[in-house]
Amino acid sequence: MTLHTLNRAPSNTALLADCLRACSSGDTLLLIEDGVYCALAGQPIAWPAGVTLCALAADVAARGLDSRLASNIAQADDAGFVQLCCEHTRVISWY
Amino acid sequence: MIFSLLVYAAPHSHQGAETAYRFAVACLAQGHSIHRVFFYGDGVHGATALAAPPQDEPNLPARWQALAQTHKLDLVVCIAAAVRRGLLDANEARRYEKPGHNLQQDFELSGLGQLAEAAIVSDRLITFGA
Repeated sequence: MTLHTLNRAPSNTALLADCLRACSSGDTLLLIEDGVYCALAGQPIAWPAGVTLCALAADVAARGLDSRLASNIAQADDAGFVQLCCEHTRVISWY
Repeated sequence: MIFSLLVYAAPHSHQGAETAYRFAVACLAQGHSIHRVFFYGDGVHGATALAAPPQDEPNLPARWQALAQTHKLDLVVCIAAAVRRGLLDANEARRYEKPGHNLQQDFELSGLGQLAEAAIVSDRLITFGA
């Protein structure tokens, strides 16, 4: 199981596509920094099946997106980020 | 668990520089150890002693230094990435005959071997990209 982090907005389509292609069922994708814009409700993103999606809470709050996230996306605080790193055998950063 | 951090992001250019610091704080708060923080590429700007941001903005080099003193962190800056960007310690300033040096205290200039060693020794190597 791999933890992926993505720190770019969905306008960086090539990076998002590369990241999603690399996600396997059972992996977790943590959206950080400008990556949290991918978590907005109504984004036309085909999330791969079986991948757990979450967004870094401080980065969501800093951008005022708390009430605008898609319902399938959970939030993780900084401690949760560390825990996710422990729970997954590998961590890949997409940037 | 033993973590190492690899920081490519420069303060004020990319949020990753700040994310890395926040991650380190959260990591230590949970009782994990940080074997090394390696600053690479533009990330080396996070180790300058001459940064003077406004008082209501974080001074990351100073914050890293304080964290390093509290938790005995090994803050290593890639020497090749640093000297070409004008980030020098006293030794390098002498070697290149420069008028001053600006490496923040408690940071150290060293080679990529330190990154390789960190990757081997640590359970997790987390990259904070630019």
